[in-house]
Amino acid sequence: MNLDFDADDLRFRDEVREFFADGIPETWRTRVRAGLRLDPEDLIYYQRRLHARGWGAPTWPVEYGGTGWTPTQQYIFWSEAARADAPAQFHQGLELIGPIIFTYGTDEQKARYLPRILTLDDWWCQGYSEPGAGSDLAALRTRADRDGDDYVLNGQKMWTSYAHVASHVFVLARTSQEAKRQQGISLILVDMNTPGLRVQKIPTMDEKYHTNELFLDDVRVPVSNLLGEEGKGWGYGKVLLDRERMVSAATAIFLTQTVRGIRDAATRRRVGGVPLIETPGFATKLAQFEIEVIALQTMVLRLMDDAARGADSGPRGSMVKLRWSQLTQAGTALWVEALGPESAHFAPLGNGDGPAEDMPYALQGALYSRVTSIYGGSSEIQHNIIARRALGL
Amino acid sequence: MDFAYSDEQQMLRDSVLRYGEEHWAAADRLKTLAAGPEMTKRRWAEMAELGWLMLPIAESDGGLGGSAADVMAVMEGVGRHLMAVPYVTSCVLVPALLEGSEAGAELLGEIGAGTAVAAAGFLEADSGYDLRHVTTRTVRHGEGWRLSGAKVHVEDGADADWFVVSARTAGADHESDGIGLFLIDRAAEGLAVDGSRAIDGHRHARLMLDDVAAIPVGDVEAATPVIEAAVDRAIAAQLAEAVGSMEAASEATLDHLRTRHQFGVAIGSFQVLQHRMVDMVVAGEEARSMAYHATLNLGRDPHTRTRAVSAGKVRVAESGVYVGQQAVQLHGGVGFSEELIVSHHLRRQMMLAQAFGNADHHRTRFARLGAGA
Repeated sequence: MNLDFDADDLRFRDEVREFFADGIPETWRTRVRAGLRLDPEDLIYYQRRLHARGWGAPTWPVEYGGTGWTPTQQYIFWSEAARADAPAQFHQGLELIGPIIFTYGTDEQKARYLPRILTLDDWWCQGYSEPGAGSDLAALRTRADRDGDDYVLNGQKMWTSYAHVASHVFVLARTSQEAKRQQGISLILVDMNTPGLRVQKIPTMDEKYHTNELFLDDVRVPVSNLLGEEGKGWGYGKVLLDRERMVSAATAIFLTQTVRGIRDAATRRRVGGVPLIETPGFATKLAQFEIEVIALQTMVLRLMDDAARGADSGPRGSMVKLRWSQLTQAGTALWVEALGPESAHFAPLGNGDGPAEDMPYALQGALYSRVTSIYGGSSEIQHNIIARRALGL
Repeated sequence: MDFAYSDEQQMLRDSVLRYGEEHWAAADRLKTLAAGPEMTKRRWAEMAELGWLMLPIAESDGGLGGSAADVMAVMEGVGRHLMAVPYVTSCVLVPALLEGSEAGAELLGEIGAGTAVAAAGFLEADSGYDLRHVTTRTVRHGEGWRLSGAKVHVEDGADADWFVVSARTAGADHESDGIGLFLIDRAAEGLAVDGSRAIDGHRHARLMLDDVAAIPVGDVEAATPVIEAAVDRAIAAQLAEAVGSMEAASEATLDHLRTRHQFGVAIGSFQVLQHRMVDMVVAGEEARSMAYHATLNLGRDPHTRTRAVSAGKVRVAESGVYVGQQAVQLHGGVGFSEELIVSHHLRRQMMLAQAFGNADHHRTRFARLGAGA
């Protein structure tokens, strides 16, 4: 039992550290630390830079253009990225649809889609939730009716994040009506330029554009856009469950960035002539946050260690998701607290210097963080998953 | 990076667990505790025979030189079966304080063999949990030393044959330099030992020293780094103990949720109880992670070590008390009874939470250490 990296891992760490030593623009820093996504063009630039280095897909096998890294190497890569204030890679192509394509897709689909995910030439979004199907996804009603060699899709998707940027969407739709709701659902790949698709922005409380409604009105796509077997789409979500632990793991590693954001803000701000960070009240709150981040990161390390030895880590992925969302909420709230009265200054009115240098990102991050315990299986759903899978309740 | 016990450590862990099931059975808890120190002595002799008492003692001091992870393997079982024995104090803390010293050589042999028990006293009336605030005075008499002062809490000190105490040889009351370690025979003239039973079956002491003869250990003006490193080892061992206890309390609670029926159904079918149970298990996972984090950082530089140990102490103290409290809550009325094992886990968790510094103390220590590497 030890926490040490071996010589190969240390060499790898140096290599990654060198890569991150430059090329991360200063202007990204605050947004990244606040847990906010960068603008699409910045994420595309970043993804292409990684891809050029051969590191476009840290979790994919080599045969599909991935790195084939060990879990320890993945951990090192994400830690170094976090340390350099680099962003997390956009995950909907890389972690959500990519692995389903290389697991269940045809050779033609693999050849057509996977390389363009690596370069972010294709930007994928996820068409799962609907107005009546949130946590209860199996209640979805969007239909895909067979018409000759085409499917004709009709329905409405909700919370389709980045649909306004995406070139493609993967849609869960009903291809038949079955007694069991989870059956008769298929996974279909749709080009966003297909006639009949309409994207409508959903404004969110953080005033950042993330997400949309997606209307499908007689959207006609060839049957060859079906991924895997017709009617088996629900089961493909399972491959995601197994990979989910890696996605949660990666995001949890990036929490150290928030610690730095808070630390900088609390060092800059003075209260009664003393830096806020030196006041006992704030110092212990920051310590508490940082300690809980250490606990979560050690859970992540154990997860990676399980993965390395091929052991089943059970529902620890759900635990990490649960705790990560709590901590990103606590951390960004503490950052806003560190800004004090100036945290009320959200946007400049154009007649002076405007808000503090952290703004609006600190507050946007705090507001955005509220959705992290709702999306991707709400905290309450995670509790249900853990109760069922780990405790047999 | 490796979080798995080696085969040897797994065997050690298993044998402690088996021993606990046989000799510290939950169903016999009250009887075991009622038998008092005589029972503890019997158990102690058994543990000595199994070689566990000399495990943490350095090889150069005649022990087995077990690693921190070896100690963790033992402590999980100690916690799971609530063994109310002075293992952490006598076999982990004192040997770390006396390591390599001429003064302690003979005693360490006796501790490992189970023929002597030792405890360590640092805290004083005004010190809080600060190990550097030491006012116990020393006077030199030729080769010998005499100590006067009071130690307000000596963990597991009630039945100790020897005491290791900190005392000031130079400097002001709060300075970290000028503190020495001294060994005191329980029978020494001028020493008063005021023992108390704790709610978890441990037996502690308060020491009054009035010109007591004492044997100096190591550099009598520079013991602070030794004390802090030794206490960190003791804390790490207790974190593993807390984890073992939390997991036992959670398992008992899960069992109860499955078997207890109310309103015509198993109470584990209620979502509110399922979610509470999940929170207990998540707390247990965090605590186990923190026990590893603290233990596996013990050998690193003092900044890294103290940061890791304080972080572990804060989170495990919080999680341990939480799990103990919820175990009682989910058992309902019977959880509050003296007899039921979960109430013993809560009592132990409450005591562990404040041993060697409570969460507040360690949160402050962590904050003062600043950013990590």
